[in-house]
Amino acid sequence: MVEITSPEFKHNVDEALADAQLQKAMRHVRVNFIEKRAKAAAGLPEFETLRANARDIKNHVLENLDQYLTTFEKRVTAQGGNVHWAADAFEARGIVLDICRKVNAKTVTKGKSMISEEIGLNEFLEKNGVVPIETDLGEYIIQLRGEHPSHIIAPAVHLNMDQVREDFRRVHTHLPPDRPMDEPQSLLSEARGILRDKFLAADIGITGANFLVAETGTSVIVTNEGNGDLTQLLPKVHVVIASIEKIVPTLEDMSQIVRVLARSATGQEMSVYTTLSTGPKRKGDPDGPEQYHVILLDNGRSNMLGSEFQDMLRCIRCGACMNHCPVYQSVGGHAYGWVYPGPMGSVLTPTLIGIDKAGHLPNASTFCGRCESVCPMHIPLPKMMRHWREREFEKHLSPAHQRRNLKLWAWFAKRPGLYRSAARAGIFGMRIMAMGRGRLSWLPMASGWTRHRDLPAPQGGSFVAQWASGKRKVQA
Amino acid sequence: MSVSSREAILQRIAGNLGSSEKARKAAVQARIKGHSKGALPTISQDNLVKRFRDKAEAAAASVERVKRKDIARAVSAFLREHNLPQEIRMGADKRLRQIAWPKRGGPEIHLGPSDGRDLACLSHALGGAAETGTLVMVSGPDNPTTLNFLPENHIVVVEESDIEAHYENLWTRLRKKYGTGEMPRTVNMITGPSRSADIEQTLILGAHGPVRLHIIIARD
Repeated sequence: MVEITSPEFKHNVDEALADAQLQKAMRHVRVNFIEKRAKAAAGLPEFETLRANARDIKNHVLENLDQYLTTFEKRVTAQGGNVHWAADAFEARGIVLDICRKVNAKTVTKGKSMISEEIGLNEFLEKNGVVPIETDLGEYIIQLRGEHPSHIIAPAVHLNMDQVREDFRRVHTHLPPDRPMDEPQSLLSEARGILRDKFLAADIGITGANFLVAETGTSVIVTNEGNGDLTQLLPKVHVVIASIEKIVPTLEDMSQIVRVLARSATGQEMSVYTTLSTGPKRKGDPDGPEQYHVILLDNGRSNMLGSEFQDMLRCIRCGACMNHCPVYQSVGGHAYGWVYPGPMGSVLTPTLIGIDKAGHLPNASTFCGRCESVCPMHIPLPKMMRHWREREFEKHLSPAHQRRNLKLWAWFAKRPGLYRSAARAGIFGMRIMAMGRGRLSWLPMASGWTRHRDLPAPQGGSFVAQWASGKRKVQA
Repeated sequence: MSVSSREAILQRIAGNLGSSEKARKAAVQARIKGHSKGALPTISQDNLVKRFRDKAEAAAASVERVKRKDIARAVSAFLREHNLPQEIRMGADKRLRQIAWPKRGGPEIHLGPSDGRDLACLSHALGGAAETGTLVMVSGPDNPTTLNFLPENHIVVVEESDIEAHYENLWTRLRKKYGTGEMPRTVNMITGPSRSADIEQTLILGAHGPVRLHIIIARD
């Protein structure tokens, strides 16, 4: 199981900001992802219409989710596959192990799957004598390091090449120590060679799913490396683990969302491989798995329906929100302390592990709104983080001093005359303290701000005062 | 365990939705039957082949357009250009077997799926989508999926007349071929050779799938 360190978020942040390797690696996020996405979105005139359609498709699915799930199940069964239902992580792990035991599996290759992280599958399989092998390059690297993904589509984005080189040297001891390892290309080739044998030897292949198509009973994965395909093609058994909200009605609906997925994620117009798998191999097929299993995981999602967090179930895990988040860009994914980082994680994590453990996450936002503005599914992430802050407040989970100050502020806010007098006094006081320099290097109760930077001293009166004096006018 | 979880999940969903089951059932049936297309990128029908080619090349595939009788020669030339032996693995697809393979001097042909030891292979696509230069491949007795992923060099023949504007055109063709709601085990949409950017966001071609993707557009 991924150890939950979300309650120590503030400590995690301090460590992340002081971590030179991490800060160097995060530069790539700040530049590459953002520029590529902007270019891809601008390159497709229909992009905004597609975003609206993608949102509407998922809303329609969520409004009819039970019927879509049973329709999907029927089609999978009709094509010779098996559907398993898992209420929580415990059940999902049990189903996977059961399938492993039935075919006496020793090794399992894995395509990239965040659901696998969510249910803590690797640790569980290892404990039960089954060896899981991550095959996505980024996932492979972090598995060697005993880490977890720091980004939902670029799991090793927190690492630099010299770190990867050290890991390969440490683990791939059968290779000559003086081999060339200066270029990313040589590291990739090395991983390709090592994993190729694992692909061919594995007993079971486990993948996630980007979509489940109800019309045809098809699971879909979207990848660039081809590892997911080798994972689901070569072993005798293909197991798909997917959460219940991955459903789309038809191939046409899938295509609408595919058009915004890669553009939002990596800035590609289309990922290299979009693979549609339906049932096991058919009579006469020369290759493909003999068994096809789909595990449908709920894990708290059905209770998000009808709540103020329903919109979160539209998420297609592209990662655009974290790429554009100033907080994520500064601290990376591990600081968030569980599986899902960035803005989508700040909304989803409290529903999955509880607001008592994840309360810091929805507070780690400046509400700048960039996440919502780039979300291909129009998920109102800041609004939902606010909902979490309200719940945290209602449950008396926020610190006492914060609650006291908020109450004090609310008391003044309800008494406008008093509020304005207090604001005037505050402005006057701050100007005196600035002593004509226009900025403050220290302010009582605001050391969190002034420790790192000066606070500009107020210029002129409050907005309300300026408005009343006619200095502010409605722009014609 | 799983039967009760199934019922529990479905009941929780239904309970939180607050609409009638009958209405939901009807909505789902209508939506699936409708195959509504939504918004399609504007693509001129006049130069589909050029667009397909430009987009595939932008995704790092190599593309050539040859007469059907010249396919064998194009395959040989590709192998030579990359210093590969004159050997090719392919499925038993009729369209590939009907290629005018020379009796002598052409590539040696191996039929069937790959075990990972082949250097180069040849497949036939169901079609292509000009929108993004994407090939659509289907699995079947004569079309092994391993050929799309294991060999380092993948050559794909696509008929010029099978190049369509959008993915949706190919879904219509799939339904015609297999029946509505039916699918082959695997449908691969392929856009360029495999790649990874997992090390410092540096894009490198040739991850776990093919290092090279060569597309031969066949014309009359």
